[in-house]
Amino acid sequence: MAQQPQMRTPIESGCPDGFQYMHPVMRKNFGRWKYHEHPGPGVLRHVAYSGDEIWTIRAGTQRILDVFTLRKLCEIGEKYADGYVRFTIRSNIEYMVSDTSKVEPLKQALEEAGFIVGGTKNSVAMMSHTQGWLHCDIPATDASGVVKAMMDELIDEFRNCDMPNRVHMTTSCCQINCGGQGDIAINIQHTKPPKINHSQVSNICERPSVVARCPVAAIRPALVDGKPSLEVDEKKCICCGACYPPCPPMQINDPENSKLAIWVGGNHSNARSAPSFQKLVAAGIPNNPPRWPEATAIVKRILQTYKKDAKDWERINDWIERIGWPRFFELTGLPFTKYHVDNWRGARNSLNASTHIRF
Amino acid sequence: MAKDTHVTPILDELETGPWPSFVSGIKRLRDQHDDGRIRGMANDLLGQLEHSYETRKGYWKGGTISVFGYGGGIIPRFSEVGKQFPESKEFHTLRVQPPAGNFYSTGILRQLADSWEKWGSGLVTFHGQTGNIMFIGANSENVQHFFDEINDYGFDLGGAGPCVRTGMSCVGAARCEMSNCNEHRIHRTLLTRFTDDIHRPALPYKFKFKVSGCPNDCMNAIERSDFAIIGTWRDNMKVDQDEVKAFVAKKGRQYVIDNVTTRCPTNCMTLNNDDTLTVDDRNCVKCMHCLNVMPKALHPGDDKGVSILLGGKRTLKIGDMMGTVIVPFMKMDTDEDYQRIVEIAENTIDFWAENGLEHERCGEMIDRIGLVNFLEGVGLEVDPNMVSHPRKSSYVRMDGWDEEAEKWFRRKAEEKQKAVGA
Ligand code: HEM
Ligand code: SF4
Ligand code: SF4
Ligand code: SF4
Ligand code: SF4
Repeated sequence: MAQQPQMRTPIESGCPDGFQYMHPVMRKNFGRWKYHEHPGPGVLRHVAYSGDEIWTIRAGTQRILDVFTLRKLCEIGEKYADGYVRFTIRSNIEYMVSDTSKVEPLKQALEEAGFIVGGTKNSVAMMSHTQGWLHCDIPATDASGVVKAMMDELIDEFRNCDMPNRVHMTTSCCQINCGGQGDIAINIQHTKPPKINHSQVSNICERPSVVARCPVAAIRPALVDGKPSLEVDEKKCICCGACYPPCPPMQINDPENSKLAIWVGGNHSNARSAPSFQKLVAAGIPNNPPRWPEATAIVKRILQTYKKDAKDWERINDWIERIGWPRFFELTGLPFTKYHVDNWRGARNSLNASTHIRF
Repeated sequence: MAKDTHVTPILDELETGPWPSFVSGIKRLRDQHDDGRIRGMANDLLGQLEHSYETRKGYWKGGTISVFGYGGGIIPRFSEVGKQFPESKEFHTLRVQPPAGNFYSTGILRQLADSWEKWGSGLVTFHGQTGNIMFIGANSENVQHFFDEINDYGFDLGGAGPCVRTGMSCVGAARCEMSNCNEHRIHRTLLTRFTDDIHRPALPYKFKFKVSGCPNDCMNAIERSDFAIIGTWRDNMKVDQDEVKAFVAKKGRQYVIDNVTTRCPTNCMTLNNDDTLTVDDRNCVKCMHCLNVMPKALHPGDDKGVSILLGGKRTLKIGDMMGTVIVPFMKMDTDEDYQRIVEIAENTIDFWAENGLEHERCGEMIDRIGLVNFLEGVGLEVDPNMVSHPRKSSYVRMDGWDEEAEKWFRRKAEEKQKAVGA
């Protein structure tokens, strides 16, 4: 027998230690920070008990970075920021410097290179997003594109920090919603049950696990043209798309009928109120690449209303809690429909069991 | 410039406007990179993406790709339109674990960029929503080469599939005055313990750890991880009354009343006539609101530790769920404390691996079997902090009541003794 080629055994080192890449001033004052200030958009100043300080300059990028852009970001870091960076949960880049005089040149260098300084404090932060047509196997839209188009329109809100509180937005290219919860979430929603390519099901899909995947038990094994396949009770189907990954012949993507929906009030912080999930406010929005103007217009309308009506420190969920949902729909001019009334498990908990009504 | 450059009239529109454009980035790879392999890959990727924009459909399908010795960590992608776009027809993503806290030197970023352009497409994301560095676009053969190279200098794959996933921790103690624990040590301790479960997917479904140093929860741990560790404190908040006075002088009493005291969810703060603040700490729920408004004047207390919440996840299959408190408070000071948190995680994952159904998240299992069965399974005691209120439904068999009440009183007596002894 021919000899097997020698394979390299992996070094299972797991998560690298961040200390080795940390700015020395942060290493020195680890766990000994006293307070921070926000001297201006995109800039934070943290002061340690030792009296040391560190300045952070935050910038938005295109998230999907090519090596040229990554090297540009490194070059700026080497020239102006001692060569230390970190990334935020929303893929913003942060540079840390211990010397005040480096802040302005660093900001300038970033802006000159086309990055956007901002995203701190009460700004509309960079939208967190998912893979989309660039890389996922089930996307109904392109997350990177939606985000680029929207951030173009929201750039002043990213730069200026003049919202009542911070706004976190996310977008997801299917209802699996890898993008997660957001103050405003723009997610695509399938509106038609999967179309089944029966000739392929028996070759590709493990039928019992597909049946088990469906949250509403709408899928049944069936014989179609004498071949084992699956069928969907279309009255039950909620068009969630969960059957597609284990069974690609159950085509859920539909260029015409998959629509964007907008959800608001997701807030993961415990500050004031307990963490909350986002709620549906608008749907049926065309999936209209490359600029998705209809979705952006609604997002802007919600943001403007929030900015005008909310008090300092109110997140979108706090604001709506105070003014009530009827007023939210009134102020934003969005229609309230039967689809806004939850009918999933535990839905009665979301119904009004009081006479608490604002007239 | 590549010879047969695909025209991309729709994508071109994503190069307008002030926000940096990923399309321009991919075009730079297509037009300016020295390596013809990368130019070709970028060109065909743009071709396929334009086709997606035209037809409003995605054209990637999955498969199986892994590196030698591991079962997961790579998202395989094969093009369904590979005939038209052959140079990007294999375009797999490697999920790579980032350093705790997402710190990098530009030196290490350059090294990663060099390796990636040697073997991959030159496209990378810091970071995916689970926290991985996502190296997007290697062909089947180069996946192994790229991994070998970066693995040699200290990077390792993250999770994909039914396994422990890559963890996340906030910037925390490295820069944040709100931090109540060493987020990065907790993160690395837990992830290291479960390295085998990251690389060899054999659990019912995914399992995520996320660590936030305070209840602001910048890592979104309660909503989006199965095992959320949130730093907190249990003694009195620190109030620097001089700074309070300075804040009141600057912002005015009305502002402080409207934005600090009356916004406290438990009404436990009072602004006194002399412009100092009184906090009824027994009723403070450590929500962070007042500390966020007055970061110079108010600080977490000295008796720091963490809360643990279990079972956060998104919709599929039974609906969205937040994590549930399973450990209201534990200290994170000594090596034994770290051993204890590892033990809680081990018990949780073992119990779930045995009792979870296929494709059932840990939180969904708890929903199905009930929190009490879960707690008994992993050896944790019930605590009133685990519920927002006691049971409403009277449909329950309670003939073990007396023993359970006895247990509670015994526990409370032991705790008292321990407190006195300590
Ligand atoms: C074919 C199926 C799926 C694909 C290709 C996929 C892809 C992805 C990708 C690429 C990410 C970002 C990964 C990273 O950060 O490295 C992600 C994250 C995520 N996925 Fe999926 N996903 C799939 C199925 C699901 C399902 C079934 C669920 C939920 C039930 C789900 C929920 C999530 C969530 C919540 C995140 C974000 C996690 C976090 O930030 O904690 N995904 N997914
Ligand atoms: S949201 Fe859906 S389509 Fe988008 S990356 Fe996640 S699984 Fe893929
Ligand atoms: S789309 Fe969802 S609800 Fe419809 S059949 Fe598939 S899994 Fe079931
Ligand atoms: S979670 Fe708390 S400790 Fe961590 S970065 Fe956010 S505010 Fe700071
Ligand atoms: S942390 Fe929250 S609960 Fe505690 S005093 Fe401040 S506002 Fe009130």
